[in-house]
Amino acid sequence: MVNLVIDGKNIQAKKGTTLLAVARENGIDIPTLCSHESVENSGACRLCVVEITKGKTKKIVTSCLYKAEDGLMVETGNERVLKVRKFVMQLLMARCPTSGVIRDLAVKMGVVPEPRFKPNEDGKKCIMCRLCVQVCEHVVGVSALGFAFRGTDKALGTPFREPSSVCIGCGSCAYICPTQQIVMTSTEDTRSICGRTFKMRACSVCGRYFAPEDQLAFISEKTGVSVEDLSVCVSCR
Amino acid sequence: MATNSIAAGSDKVYQAMADEIKARNLKFQLTKTGSMGLDSMEPLVEFVVPNKPKLSFAKVTAEKVPALLDQVINLHLDTETPFYRVDEQENILTGEKTFYCTGKVPRILRDIPLIDAIPYYAKQVKIATRNCGIIDPENLEEYVARGGYFALYKTLTEMSPDGIIEEVIASGLRGRGGGGFSTGWKWRSCRDAEGTVKYVICNGDEGDPGAYMDRSVMEGDPHSVIEGMIIGAYAIGATQGYIYVRNEYPLAVANLTKALAKARDAGLLGKNIFGSGFSFDIRISKGAGAFVCGESTALIASMEGKAGEPRAKYTHTVEHGLWDRPTNINNVETWTNVPVIMARGADWFSSIGTKTSSGTKVFSLVGKVNNIGLVEVAMGTTIREIVHDIGGGVPQGKTFKAVQTGGPSGGCIPGSLIDLPVGFEELGEAGSMMGSGGMIVMDDTTCMVDIAKYFLDFLAKESCGKCTPCRDGVRRMRDILEDICNGHGEEGDVELLKGMSEAMIDGSHCALGGSAPNPVLSTLRYFQDEYEAHILDKKCPAGVCKALIHFHVVADKCTGCVKCKKVCPTRAIQGNRKEVHEIDQTLCIQCRACYEVCAFDAIIIE
Repeated sequence: MVNLVIDGKNIQAKKGTTLLAVARENGIDIPTLCSHESVENSGACRLCVVEITKGKTKKIVTSCLYKAEDGLMVETGNERVLKVRKFVMQLLMARCPTSGVIRDLAVKMGVVPEPRFKPNEDGKKCIMCRLCVQVCEHVVGVSALGFAFRGTDKALGTPFREPSSVCIGCGSCAYICPTQQIVMTSTEDTRSICGRTFKMRACSVCGRYFAPEDQLAFISEKTGVSVEDLSVCVSCR
Repeated sequence: MATNSIAAGSDKVYQAMADEIKARNLKFQLTKTGSMGLDSMEPLVEFVVPNKPKLSFAKVTAEKVPALLDQVINLHLDTETPFYRVDEQENILTGEKTFYCTGKVPRILRDIPLIDAIPYYAKQVKIATRNCGIIDPENLEEYVARGGYFALYKTLTEMSPDGIIEEVIASGLRGRGGGGFSTGWKWRSCRDAEGTVKYVICNGDEGDPGAYMDRSVMEGDPHSVIEGMIIGAYAIGATQGYIYVRNEYPLAVANLTKALAKARDAGLLGKNIFGSGFSFDIRISKGAGAFVCGESTALIASMEGKAGEPRAKYTHTVEHGLWDRPTNINNVETWTNVPVIMARGADWFSSIGTKTSSGTKVFSLVGKVNNIGLVEVAMGTTIREIVHDIGGGVPQGKTFKAVQTGGPSGGCIPGSLIDLPVGFEELGEAGSMMGSGGMIVMDDTTCMVDIAKYFLDFLAKESCGKCTPCRDGVRRMRDILEDICNGHGEEGDVELLKGMSEAMIDGSHCALGGSAPNPVLSTLRYFQDEYEAHILDKKCPAGVCKALIHFHVVADKCTGCVKCKKVCPTRAIQGNRKEVHEIDQTLCIQCRACYEVCAFDAIIIE
């Protein structure tokens, strides 16, 4: 266990826990858009910054990556911290002016758009949080999504912007996307996502279409359980 | 031959020389060397005649080769005048001198300036570039003949790893790649880090526009990098080394590959080096050319086959680096300094330079300066000495306005600080940085807002794109600068840029975003009036930003020579011969052609 101070409050935390987790456990709210319990934190959005004081040095760190240490003084909402967060929100508002999630968060944080940042007109809502890429690679295990280019042109998508041959249509990316940039649409027996339409499998008990056939085949191959045995929906299992 | 001299035509000169020697059946030995550094005089050809001064000819072309050979053979200097002569030369690694001229200097050569009398060379102290342009980089024996690998022998057979680290700490050597961290302390942390497998890496990514000092060393003296790395690996306890070099440096890759093979054949790499029991080898890892991959954690990601994106540095690479093992990364120039420190000792090394910045630094001196090329000077040398004495000043009688140091994320140092000594602290306090050693000289025809825009544009493209402040922030800053240059600047833009800079420095993931505002902050610090002129008066004082300038003919000065009329690509200039010309503003595209060609200063920019 380590002892630290967050916003003037003495806190005991388990060694190795991130400042973000410690703060949340103690009821201190820190905004973030790229942190999710199912994947490793990347520090991409920079919204969760806090100021730490360690000896004589003060610096801004991302609370989702920085681990709790003995004797650390943490401030989660001082002027310096709020300045960075405001800047990040203004950049994201200009990047994704159509995103309701970003707009609502900005209202909650009291941030208004910077008039000198001309809003993007591409209608995209992707904030490059990389949650979809990480969940696809590390949780699902297929790496159908990734990044291309760099700098301002950095773009999220499937390789060569072609429908991905490895995508199994599981929908994890759409589920985890914080801004609803990735959209999944369904009919009774199909599901469309990331430029592909997948045929759904009907539950062998109740007949409800419940999972893409590609996904069941993928799970079958990974686990050795036959597709037939997997063809029962959660409710009927 | 190095890339810069090949660009000037040295490969054709070499071929012509080889053909001529063969045709005349001459007993000449023809050797390729790296670059001596002075690009504006390339291709350089040096002649060594036993017991006579070494002679150098500049700007040699293939056509001049037969006449040159005649001159040297007959010792007549009727067509070509040598650039300089060398009677004796000190080898900085051994402290010994090579005497080229053993007797009296022949009368005909007495008026040829000695190399040390040429200002470009006189003020340089060559440690990192000691062999560049002197030895054949493909020839291990030539490197050894200049004292190479003796320091390695000494350290491996006589010194303990801790002893080496103490020596490097005492020398005061600081990282030459940009950070300026103490090399010895970095080695100490890596040596002390837990783990049996450790790596050393040479960072040869060098992505700054206009900077090529590392390329020059890798091309011209690859063994000096290898020797430094072996010494470092022994001190740290590493068993494998990597040289990370961008694939856009094909000659550097080729020369390093050959040098590694020769070192391996000679037993300088591999198992049980010099019978010391220490085993070590080096491999080359090629990058695809990304500025951000010069950042240590992005470099490691790239080497591991991932996208070149930095990770948070809350855990240090000396503890968790390549493949999560303790890893020590130093820049090319840092590694080349190591054998010299080992050979001459820490006291000797720290006697060069300043108290906090010891040794020398190689700068690539480019831009509006007469002598374009690489210069290596003792730390503490002033900008005036570098730009005026070594660089030969600003061409065409223009005024020195500023020098941009430290690469794209460095800053502009104004002419008023011309007597600033170059050192890590001095440059930092002036709002710039040492960086890897780029030095771009600017004259009074340079617009500082335009320059800041150029660097921000470079950084917007070269950001890895991972974190919001850098990816979107740099782009927004560039857009505002573009607005200002196009006459769409708004009141409050300066304050907005300053505020954005502060948030970006604090909020960015790595040093690229953290230092990206530097070009804006340093130009604002010294040239805020130029920003204000653009924003408030809609004028570009330097006459660069096209949207804010107009070209006019001064009637009193125009002689009606039609010279401007002829060069105008849009036929915007009217007027017959011997009549005052006029520029149609609706057709003018502000290309400056008329302005440059007018011999009577009759065209002005407003």
